[in-house]
Amino acid sequence: MLKVLKSGLFTTVQDAGRYGYLNMGVPVAGYMDSFSAQKVNMLLENDDDAAVIEITMTGPTLEFGEASYICLGGALISATLNNEPIQPFHVIKVEKGDILSYGKLKKGFRSYLAIKGGFNVPLILGSRSFFSSITDKDHVVDRAEIPYKVLKHFTPKISEIKVDSFLDEKVLEVSKGPEYEMLTDKQLESLFYREFHISNENNRMAYQLEEQITGHEVSMLTSATLPGTVQFTPSGKLIILMKDGQTTGGYPRILQLSDKAISILAQKKFHDLVSFKLV
Amino acid sequence: MTTYDISIRPFGIHSILVEWPNRVEEAILENILQFIQHLKNHCFEDEKWELVPAYNSLTLIHREKPIDFENFKGQLLEWYAADKKEVYREKLLWRLPVCYDLEFGIDLKEISGLLGLSMEEIIKLHTEHRYTVYGIGFLPGFMYLGGIPEVLEVPRKPTPRPKVRKGAVGLAGKQTGIYPQDSPGGWNIIGNCSVPMFDPKKSVPCFVNVGDKVQFYPIERAEYDLHKIEGEVGIYTVEKIILDA
Repeated sequence: MLKVLKSGLFTTVQDAGRYGYLNMGVPVAGYMDSFSAQKVNMLLENDDDAAVIEITMTGPTLEFGEASYICLGGALISATLNNEPIQPFHVIKVEKGDILSYGKLKKGFRSYLAIKGGFNVPLILGSRSFFSSITDKDHVVDRAEIPYKVLKHFTPKISEIKVDSFLDEKVLEVSKGPEYEMLTDKQLESLFYREFHISNENNRMAYQLEEQITGHEVSMLTSATLPGTVQFTPSGKLIILMKDGQTTGGYPRILQLSDKAISILAQKKFHDLVSFKLV
Repeated sequence: MTTYDISIRPFGIHSILVEWPNRVEEAILENILQFIQHLKNHCFEDEKWELVPAYNSLTLIHREKPIDFENFKGQLLEWYAADKKEVYREKLLWRLPVCYDLEFGIDLKEISGLLGLSMEEIIKLHTEHRYTVYGIGFLPGFMYLGGIPEVLEVPRKPTPRPKVRKGAVGLAGKQTGIYPQDSPGGWNIIGNCSVPMFDPKKSVPCFVNVGDKVQFYPIERAEYDLHKIEGEVGIYTVEKIILDA
């Protein structure tokens, strides 16, 4: 068991996502920054769908109940194991009683903690990803215990990697969304020739952008939405749906973020800047 | 089978959007559902597809592979053209119990004034119509229901409530529906449905499918309480009627 001494701001367990229930309105969920989460799993030679812990801004304090191997990655948050600094994207051995603490967030927003074999919270509808109304909890609370397998010996094929950090990247690569053609020249100009601030309305469901563009009066029938869909409200607000985002919506879907752009955006917080680039 | 003029558009690299004429029409919905059957029975070789129908559209999402749009568009058009024979699709009517007591129907009084109908008339109208499920989304198990009588059309509340309770049955514009979980919401609440619309402990967590019909029937408070207890232990049953095609 991993004992949660302090839970941090918003800590969840996430895997590659919950598939097979989109037609019942169940969001995919899963790690927001797939790029980083897949890297930490890869170093531990886990499958992509091994569950990891997703840490948001302020990290938790955790005590390991058994020996195993871990790997951190994603946002840059200083971390220590028994008060000794540890580095991201390194495979690190932990012993029973070791304490992992997080310090200051330096860059990015979401960080990942992977363990050899994955965290073994209950599999519900094919996934271990936390989501309110599906899993018991929607985030990890103080004194929670998160199961994992004890592992005394493991020799990783690669024990560390240097990851090209994209935490400074501001450009979100997008393709045209289904309702792209409704955009006027003026709307296109304001969409592609400026930067947008992330509003304080940002979470695992959606990121809203602070600046608005000229609104519209297009009404459409409700239709499917995806993680990375940019919705355009009549008042001109831009809402980018993320992993916990609703599966259908009635706002025009003007752009669609690439998988990499979703990972880039997942590392943004209130007041950070982003821009769109059509590819 | 009727062939509509469908349009196919890319939607990111993992999915593709097929659209039928921009109308709310049962015949269109049926055509989409027939096409889904055809794709599942004769076209798709793997199980990695997610198919999301809603009103006049079908979104196809592949979990793993990127879609080669131009090729796949041609393939889909061929498949659609080849889908000539209408297959039998069981049409289900779900009868859902709703308690319209004022404790649950917190907006009944107000919309009774707005619509110029007595509360009894509202309940009668709401329960005597059959609604079509045009889509499921927004929240797990949330149904987009069409077919509400015009006299029950009432605008959404000017300010949404921060919390509408699970099971709340609401009216808004041309729509009626059930909140499957506690959620913020701006619909006018007229009652509460006593059976859970989404149960993650079941292998099929949402018993309703797009294309099914729904009809509400009024229940007393005592029956509501009994259903709630049954729901908590997972032994509730929902009345299902198979309609002739």
